[in-house]
Amino acid sequence: MLCRLYAEPVTSWFDSPTDAAKRLHDAGYLADQATATTTYLAGALEKPLLVEGPAGVGKTELAKAVARATGADLVRLQCYEGLDEARALYEWNYKKQLLRIQATGADQAWEQTHDDIFTEEFLLTRPLLTAIRREEPTVLLVDEVDKTDVEVEGLLLEVLSDFQVTIPELGTVAAVRRPFVVLTSNATRELSEAVKRRCLFLHLDYPDAQREKAIVVSQVPGVDDALAGRLVEVVAQLRELELKKAPSIAESVDWARTLIALEVERLDDETVDATLGVLLKHASDHDKALKALRTPRR
Amino acid sequence: MPLLDRHIAFVEALRTAGLPVSLAEDLDAVEAVTTLGLGDREGVRTAFAATLVKRQSHRASFDAVFDLFFPALLGSGASGGDRTQGAARPDAEGGSDVREARFDELGELREALVEAMAADDQEALLQLVRESVERLGAMPGRPRGMSSWSSYNTLQKLAPDTLVLRLAQALMAGTDDRGSRSEELAMVGAARRVDAVRRMVESDVRRRIAEEKDPEHVARTTLRPPLDQIAFTNARKSDIDEMRRQIYPLARRLAARLAKEQHARRRGPLDFRRTVRASVSTGGVPMVTHHRPRRPHRPELVVLCDVSGSVANFASFTLLLVYALREQFGKVRAFTFVDDVHEVTEEFVPGADLEETLTRLAASARHASLWGRTDYGRAFVQFREKYPDALGPKSSLLVLGDARSNYTDPRIATLRDMVDASRHAWWLNPEARRQWDTGDSSAREYGEVVPMVECRNLTQLTEFVHDLV
Repeated sequence: MLCRLYAEPVTSWFDSPTDAAKRLHDAGYLADQATATTTYLAGALEKPLLVEGPAGVGKTELAKAVARATGADLVRLQCYEGLDEARALYEWNYKKQLLRIQATGADQAWEQTHDDIFTEEFLLTRPLLTAIRREEPTVLLVDEVDKTDVEVEGLLLEVLSDFQVTIPELGTVAAVRRPFVVLTSNATRELSEAVKRRCLFLHLDYPDAQREKAIVVSQVPGVDDALAGRLVEVVAQLRELELKKAPSIAESVDWARTLIALEVERLDDETVDATLGVLLKHASDHDKALKALRTPRR
Repeated sequence: MPLLDRHIAFVEALRTAGLPVSLAEDLDAVEAVTTLGLGDREGVRTAFAATLVKRQSHRASFDAVFDLFFPALLGSGASGGDRTQGAARPDAEGGSDVREARFDELGELREALVEAMAADDQEALLQLVRESVERLGAMPGRPRGMSSWSSYNTLQKLAPDTLVLRLAQALMAGTDDRGSRSEELAMVGAARRVDAVRRMVESDVRRRIAEEKDPEHVARTTLRPPLDQIAFTNARKSDIDEMRRQIYPLARRLAARLAKEQHARRRGPLDFRRTVRASVSTGGVPMVTHHRPRRPHRPELVVLCDVSGSVANFASFTLLLVYALREQFGKVRAFTFVDDVHEVTEEFVPGADLEETLTRLAASARHASLWGRTDYGRAFVQFREKYPDALGPKSSLLVLGDARSNYTDPRIATLRDMVDASRHAWWLNPEARRQWDTGDSSAREYGEVVPMVECRNLTQLTEFVHDLV
């Protein structure tokens, strides 16, 4: 506790939820009230933010938008199965160390060489350590954290709770300035309680029609208002069907781009048939959607 | 009640509702709410949700408890409203008075509901629901200690089923700023919105009851457990729909978990030849050992399920989950029975739509029934006669059912034959263990022949399927 008495650099990411919403909006990310509030809280409480939700609703984009909105740099750690300490945290540059040992004459004592080769010069920092050691404001994005093995979660714990890393040869490296940490997950695996406990949790879902329309209009230049409205409506209807993979925001935006490229001005049945593949990626979903859209009207 | 006590009671109620809230999260919540201030109710909700709810499946329970402990308004909003809603209340109050006069007929109220649902106007809907409960749900004159509000009464008078039809027509017709929908999409959308209104009514009634009694009591007695803990046998239709939506994500999570565990156990026995050959490069010293990959064990599964009314839901869920995971099994054959046996393996097409599959399954259930009275003994005998080749030394037998055979001969010997013919056998029973052996259940007798497992909800089902593979 004592160390907290010393002047910790005051990092204020956002002033209030409204400020967060506004600055994210200026950075091109239209956040709803819950997202803006939680983002503000993550900054104010200096806690990592765990974002969950279906693919393509803008989880990764949120981290990027926070970086843009606050003028911070983004450090990204992409997780995958088999990710280990050497890829996530730090590694010693063996080849350079070897060169160093061979270059020293026989007259140098081993203790001296030993001290020499475990210094900053031979340290290769990986994303987690990089983010902690940076003095400028940093957003650390740990993407698809559910893809990693359970061991890596243990590694994350020290970083996420105390913002410090212990390197046996160098000692403990504490964060000069706490990064804004965003973890994203597709929930293919339950994360451990220990990780969840340390994070603020935010579930991103499909947006309501109004916000989705605003997103499509802002992301796709040249789409006219009526077309965007109709497009969002169709997408919302499709989401009400029970599909294997409901279309997400990313797919709506892609669809709008497709329609623009095809120079379509009105969304009629034929256009929908021809371009439905942009929205739905399963054959059975495709059939079901076509059937539902085409039932004869009474 | 002081704010801190309220908060602690709230966290207690969340724990009772099945959310694992730790002390650290509790502290975080207090810190978050303090940082944010209490001015905005939705803000407070978000702050609590971000710190206390770490799993989306718990979100519905959380929202219900939150609405009980931090209600948006008191009573019908006339008294104490300014405390929670700030300056906006006086206008709304006046508005509701006007509306009170406007809807003196029930028909007009329902018409307004349909309109609001068609426009998807959540604000207006909330107002209308509050008003409906106020007018239709009150049960005045009941003695103290009995709740004087009823969601049942409200919904009876609103008649949600006819609302669905009316709303569907409105959606099909469309308006200027809203395109028209096809019939199927209109029905789906209408059913979903009316269901949401039903939940709003229930939540509003809970809020009013919580004013009379204490919220803890209401939370304990009326809240439904999270979806993965709802028992199959008393799930409602909306729960069933939601569960079906969960099948694929569940299967995907399960498959990911299984793949990870199999990777961890991949190293098999020592491959002597490869180890020696590799040791040549290190001067004959076997520095690195090589191992044979382990052969993955893929059981062949024979599923025999009771599809009589009482357990049909359970059977179809288990079948769907098994089929969603069929890469993990060598071969799957499925049979359904009531008092006769019918093979349904053909109904499961890879990549097919779940809803359709379920409809086809339900349609084929009538082949499995001769007189419509469950008869396990007869079904087993029929199974042995019709499909003698189904069970072999490689197959695992899975029987799904509640073992309630209407007091007919259980034919233990036939089942024992079947168990002996297969490599493994299990019986999944969707009833709680304490109900086994009551009434016409022959659970104990069957349980002596084949290990019987209690499997009441999605969590238990997932665990069982995981252990099976």
